[in-house]
Amino acid sequence: MSNSAAVKISAKDVKVFYGENEALHGISMDVYENEVISFIGPSGCGKSTFLRCMNRMNDTIEHCRVTGSITLDGRDIHDPALDVVQLRAQVGMVFQKPNPFPKSIYENIAYGPKLHGLAERKADLDDIVESSLRRAGLWNEVKDRLDQPGTGLSGGQQQRLCIARSIAVSPEVILMDEPCSALDPIATSIIEELIDELKQNFTIVIVTHNMQQAARVSDRTAFFHLGNLIEIGNTNDVFTNPQQKRTEDYITGRYG
Amino acid sequence: MTILAENPIKTVVHPSQVQQKVIASLHRRHRKEAWFRRTGLLAVLISLSLVALLFINIFSKGLPAFWQSAITLEIYFDPNIIKIPAKPEQAADESDNDFRQRYLDWQTQVGFVNFNRLITDSLQKILPDATKHRRDLGRIVTSGERFALRDMVVADPSIIGQTRSLHLLTDANIDVWLKGNIDRSLPDEQQQLSPKMREWVDKLAADGVIQNRFSLALFMNPDSRSSLASAGLAGAFMGSFYMMLVVILLAVPMGVAAAIYLEEFAPRNKLTDLVEVNINNLAAVPSIVFGLLGASVLIGWFNLPMSAPIVGGLVLSLMTLPTVIIATRSTLKAIPPSIRQAALGLGASKMQAIFHHVLPLAIPGILTGAILGVAQALGETAPLLLIGMKSFVASIPASPFEQASALPVQIYLWQGNELRNFFEARTSAAIIVLLMMMISLNGLAIWLRKKYEKRW
Repeated sequence: MSNSAAVKISAKDVKVFYGENEALHGISMDVYENEVISFIGPSGCGKSTFLRCMNRMNDTIEHCRVTGSITLDGRDIHDPALDVVQLRAQVGMVFQKPNPFPKSIYENIAYGPKLHGLAERKADLDDIVESSLRRAGLWNEVKDRLDQPGTGLSGGQQQRLCIARSIAVSPEVILMDEPCSALDPIATSIIEELIDELKQNFTIVIVTHNMQQAARVSDRTAFFHLGNLIEIGNTNDVFTNPQQKRTEDYITGRYG
Repeated sequence: MTILAENPIKTVVHPSQVQQKVIASLHRRHRKEAWFRRTGLLAVLISLSLVALLFINIFSKGLPAFWQSAITLEIYFDPNIIKIPAKPEQAADESDNDFRQRYLDWQTQVGFVNFNRLITDSLQKILPDATKHRRDLGRIVTSGERFALRDMVVADPSIIGQTRSLHLLTDANIDVWLKGNIDRSLPDEQQQLSPKMREWVDKLAADGVIQNRFSLALFMNPDSRSSLASAGLAGAFMGSFYMMLVVILLAVPMGVAAAIYLEEFAPRNKLTDLVEVNINNLAAVPSIVFGLLGASVLIGWFNLPMSAPIVGGLVLSLMTLPTVIIATRSTLKAIPPSIRQAALGLGASKMQAIFHHVLPLAIPGILTGAILGVAQALGETAPLLLIGMKSFVASIPASPFEQASALPVQIYLWQGNELRNFFEARTSAAIIVLLMMMISLNGLAIWLRKKYEKRW
């Protein structure tokens, strides 16, 4: 991925405070269109916090305050004129623990499109549900039981259902917060293949604890430590030739 | 390596002794645990046996009251006694008001008929020596039954001149005598029934003329003081029903809405903290205080009628509100945050996330809390005493604005009735009815919980 690609998200000096406690100390970075960028770093380094800034999920946490600027396609996401609902329709999110709604598989996918009025007719909605499930590689497994509860699927299937649910509203960016940490290796590899396919249409930001995963799926990698962005670069470079001592220590398993 | 070297293990107990120490301490631990289990089991058994004792006591006393002595009489609706004009029919050119007036006049005339004569005449036929004891004769059937005869004539005047076989309730004292609730060996001056009546009643009971029959009066009649045997629960039941209606329509939606707002939308600051503390305090306010509030504010300022279920319902709503709010809030708290995040992450607004996903999951808990709150209100007595619902009401209320009693208050009133021998059983029967309502409300709560419960 060349650095000349269009900038999708641009963060400048982003700081996050939980009450008095500063959790992120001024992060600046760009996320390019149609790339997969992964955030790595030890627990508590602020990578998830930064991820959640990008669709303003931190708004839902009490006493949490974000400063600095984040733009999506050049537009400030904290602009009061921009409704957070619109932002989240553009920037979808997949969470650490699969969290399907306790409703049918169909309802899980259809909820977002219905919410935003993306389908006028039932047939359109059916199309969206089918194509979303197909793109998440889940269609063949669930096509005969769309009316069954999404919570009845296996962990890996549930996570793919959540991915399908988020792509059903056609976002431009998908944020993934350790999407495989609750899954077994086989389910993980399926999700990784899926991420590889999805990047044709989406920009994907993924937080992971698994460095092999970061190396396998991402074009670029950012290393966070104690609320600072230590290093960001092409995944290959970061893993084979880290510029910073701390990055090297972490990657080689010295700590973390 | 260095960490190990810097921190050598201090050997207080030699490693070979450790196992023996553990085994020795195990014995003590097991003994403590066994003791704790036995105590817990004992506590459960004691409370269960107390509940069982209570139930056995109430049911053994109350069940007999569901059956009550009734006498089977051939009542001849004698035209010489029932001298009334024909039942008025509405003429074509007559206004509704005029007709109603004419009809009421006619009803009053029917009311003047001496229906007791019909009863005593009929009794005379089966009690040959009755002429010498006319006073006693009039006391066999409870006085309220003459109104039953009147109502039959009002409903269908063509009955006049015919003979009907009817089951009429006997006087409460006869019921007491036949059920053995009074000592038969007591001297005459301490007996409620005269010697002649006792002789008659025993004979009639032996002949099967007086029998124990299922007491519809208990369920169909309002309270009564002139005719104790016909005193029933219908008035109190309707009073309680209207109050429950008010509580369900007011306290439940208000409580749920308040809880959703406080839990999901309200900012956390000093003010909401204060509100929260006060809601919790409100739940601990003695219920009689709510009665005072109802008396002074609802009746004193807003001039709502005294003794009316609407006031009772409002007072009980206030009392139930904190229960509903606390139950709803704890249910909302227990819904996993991942569901909210999933909805918010898709672009649902906060309200959509709550109403589409959180509330449906919270419904079983909210319903359970609401129903338990309502059940608690149903059994509440103290606040009702202060707003005048302990007064004797001999009619069945047709609306929440009419005077009424309530089931727990009726229990309280009957408990204090002078004719203990009769009303002790009646009181227990009323308790059984109240308990049955409670049990069915709790059953409903369990059923709803099971029905709407979802797993995730």
